[in-house]
Amino acid sequence: MQTDFKKRISQSIAFWTFRILSLIVMGVLFSILGFIFVKGIGVVNWDFITQMPEDGMTKGGIYPAIIGTLCLISGSMLFAFPIGVMSGIYIYEYTKDSWYRKFVQLMTSNLAGVPSIVFGLFGMALFVNKLGFGDSILAGSLTLGLLALPVVIRTTEEALKAIDKSYREASYALGGTKLQTIRRVTLPMALPNIITGLILSIGRVSGETAPILFTVAAYFLPKLPTSIFDQVMALPYHLYVISTSGTNINESRGMAYGTAVVLILIVLILNIIANLIRRFLSKKYKTN
Amino acid sequence: MYKIESKNVNLHYGTFHALKGINMSIEKNTVTALIGPSGCGKSTFLRLFNRMNDLIDGVKIEGECLIDGKDIYSKSIKIDELRKRVGMVFQKPNPFPKTIFENVAYGLRVNGITHKNFIEERVEICLKQAALWDEVKDKLKKSAMALSGGQQQRLCIARALAIEPSVLLMDEPASALDPISTAKIEELIYQLKELYTIIIVTHNMQQAGRVSDSTAFFYLGELVEFDSTKKIFTNPSEVRTQNYITGRFG
Repeated sequence: MQTDFKKRISQSIAFWTFRILSLIVMGVLFSILGFIFVKGIGVVNWDFITQMPEDGMTKGGIYPAIIGTLCLISGSMLFAFPIGVMSGIYIYEYTKDSWYRKFVQLMTSNLAGVPSIVFGLFGMALFVNKLGFGDSILAGSLTLGLLALPVVIRTTEEALKAIDKSYREASYALGGTKLQTIRRVTLPMALPNIITGLILSIGRVSGETAPILFTVAAYFLPKLPTSIFDQVMALPYHLYVISTSGTNINESRGMAYGTAVVLILIVLILNIIANLIRRFLSKKYKTN
Repeated sequence: MYKIESKNVNLHYGTFHALKGINMSIEKNTVTALIGPSGCGKSTFLRLFNRMNDLIDGVKIEGECLIDGKDIYSKSIKIDELRKRVGMVFQKPNPFPKTIFENVAYGLRVNGITHKNFIEERVEICLKQAALWDEVKDKLKKSAMALSGGQQQRLCIARALAIEPSVLLMDEPASALDPISTAKIEELIYQLKELYTIIIVTHNMQQAGRVSDSTAFFYLGELVEFDSTKKIFTNPSEVRTQNYITGRFG
């Protein structure tokens, strides 16, 4: 009787601890979002997202920064996605489970652990100076792409690992080569999970400031880019500028929150789109 | 000439000696059952003939494996060409997450066949051979994943037949199925014998007795006895075979 009661008590203590802790985490997330939305939603309107900044960035909109961020997201994904997916395929499908694979995996993890400001410095040294791209969308996208690579590689590997080996065997047994098996069976099956990796890296890339600081981001540039060798404004950097080093920080405080709202919304919308694609694909290739 | 032969085949997984000097000769258009307790090497032996063991790291194979008198491990043999001639059906039904049609067409497509009418014809013929056509003819464009386990396994058989192999390897093809589906698969094996040389691994003694012409009993990596199924099940020469068949061990 006594132990039974004790068991029940410890059960419910554990249960409530877990529940309360997870609620706190959610609470923190929602208060951040709520705080930013309440402060910022007032300035977000059609003009804000379609007009150039004016009066030392205290008036007008953030249109060029939105376009800049979208350019950088797509540029970095164009770079990181194919290279990351191919690297992941190579590591999982082509290397044997040996010290070499472990070494490559370790290096990939290390790459993920490098501080983003270091990527920024590296990008400046290599892309901006050495390769002579200058401060440009190209240099910034490549730098951000490098940052996103480990996540894409890792998720590709994990996605391929999750596929039962019986599907590979079935394909080989029918005379399929390794490449045909990857192209026709394993890659399509892994794609939904790979896209999850893409979502994660879009989230990371869109919010990064340090890697673009020395490679692409413009302090104030009220025009749209015309080529990949142009500089652009970007939302995270613009947010930093108008909150800390603008011409009139108090004046632009509201706009800073508005910029944050727009940045969050962009990430949210991209996530929703990627999720829809993922769902469509996993329905198409579901295995049970 | 025998259809399939193994001559003094030894196979090692790292330090584990999985097949010990196996000699076996299999006639054309017969069904050979491989029986024995788990881990005795019968699946490994089966997988020699489409070189599926090659996929595992650290496998070493010695001796000769012949199909139509040719050593399938010789350097001149292209592995995907070999697998085109030797079909395989696995223990767990493993259709691809594609349509029923595309599953059967897969082997043709990876072997470079693009002729639409030919593929459609082959798909129909193979689904009929696998006794599945009537059940799926109206839903060829539906996902294979929507089929029952028994139907999926017959689909896998159809898929293996599509590339017109001459040998069919079956690794416990009915062990994940209910009795009715099992009966269908067994009936199918009986009919397919006309066109193919079949080797089947099974844990089910009755099944071996029902479907096979010859039976091979493996124990701890050795081929203990290989003879006509009738002889093995009524009057085996080896005590170990007798004990296994009557359920005294294994």
